Amino acid sequence: MCLAVPALIKSVEGLEAEVDMGGITRRVSLWLTPEAKVGDYVLLHTGYAINVIDQHEAEETLRLLEEMMAAADAEEEE
Amino acid sequence: MRFVDEYRRSDLAQAVIGRIRRGSTRKARLMEFCGGHTVAILRHGIRQLLPPTVEMLSGPGCPVCVTDNSDLDKAIALARLPRVILTTFGDMLKVRGSRSSLQEVRAEGADVRTVYSTLDALQVARDNPGRPVVFLGVGFETTAPTVAASVLQASREGINNYHVLSFHKLCPPAIRAILDSGEVDLQGLVCPGHVSAVIGSQPWEFVASEYGIPCVVSGFEPLDILQCIDMLVSQIEKGESRVEIAYRRGVHAEGNQRALELMYEVFEVCPAQWRGLGTVPGSGLRLRKEFAAFDAELAFDFDPGPTLHPKGCICGDILRAVKRPSDCQLFGRVCTPASPVGPCMVSSEGSCAACYQYGDGAAGE
Ligand code: SF4
Repeated sequence: MCLAVPALIKSVEGLEAEVDMGGITRRVSLWLTPEAKVGDYVLLHTGYAINVIDQHEAEETLRLLEEMMAAADAEEEE
Repeated sequence: MRFVDEYRRSDLAQAVIGRIRRGSTRKARLMEFCGGHTVAILRHGIRQLLPPTVEMLSGPGCPVCVTDNSDLDKAIALARLPRVILTTFGDMLKVRGSRSSLQEVRAEGADVRTVYSTLDALQVARDNPGRPVVFLGVGFETTAPTVAASVLQASREGINNYHVLSFHKLCPPAIRAILDSGEVDLQGLVCPGHVSAVIGSQPWEFVASEYGIPCVVSGFEPLDILQCIDMLVSQIEKGESRVEIAYRRGVHAEGNQRALELMYEVFEVCPAQWRGLGTVPGSGLRLRKEFAAFDAELAFDFDPGPTLHPKGCICGDILRAVKRPSDCQLFGRVCTPASPVGPCMVSSEGSCAACYQYGDGAAGE
């Protein structure tokens, strides 16, 4: 029930936004994330954006995982 | 989709699984609090990939499942009142209370409507000014702020036929109740990602500091969960207990302050009834006095009748993680998703439904 999916903000009008979710357009509420702006990805839960996705952190996490993989590969080659 | 596909990369998943396998030497019984995590773990077959030292237990984190029959009976009694329109999320329709379900009373003529959002429930109230519209509010900290926002919006617009029946629950007190019961031996906690998107990681600190149990907040993609398990295993191996976040793109330590402010502007903390856990102090949310006019419990006179529980169903024990769905005599025989006996088989995030659909990941499957 706590499902929340990433959605890209296309336009903002007051506390409402139009978002794109994998090709589907939806109107959502920004009551809980008034700081969200066009181009941001938000976590969408029952019609409300509950958080803005931190794109920098998202890349950091992937970089960390890739380092982990490289380290494991290097160990195997030894 | 961005922020989804890259967290399903199998090469990275293999690397993290390898790390967990190499790193885990001590017993690691980990509870995933959230039903969304249970579904993801079973769907992606994560249990089968873990070394024998690591065991995953499903916790009580399914709001539909933990709603007690006494509360379901209230919603059903309310739906039966003449002229009332009861709105709720789809998952609630099939769950049976003591004698009936919302779906059954709808078939008998009650006006029960499923909505995707409280925004839709508000619209039903705008469209039906002469009739009372009740939103049955079930959900954790993820959902409660959206319900609070709808009450504030109704208050602003002067929509006075909108009411909320609040069975909202707070997650950290439920974990405390489980740990205090001493029934479950736990070495780590997979903290719910979207609850934590709202409350932050800070409210889990007591689990690490008072109970010495490592906590890691996780997202819902396979890589998120594997990374979380790896972080928990590292803490367990080092004998540490801290709160960490494996879902930094979605969760900040301090949470979403604006959502919390709105939630506490409308709601105040109260005791709540949990299926399996009984009354848990400080784990519920009721409308504040200032919003009493929106409180369905106060606005209507209704009789939920005496509470009964289905015979043979062990949902309560499953929600406390002391039993598994396969321990239930009715599982898969009498109780299936097509004819569910208990809520854990009804809800798409219930442990019984998830085990029925994906298998429970036990050895030999
Ligand atoms: S299998 Fe059905 S009856 Fe048994 S615990 Fe699960 S929901 Fe209840």
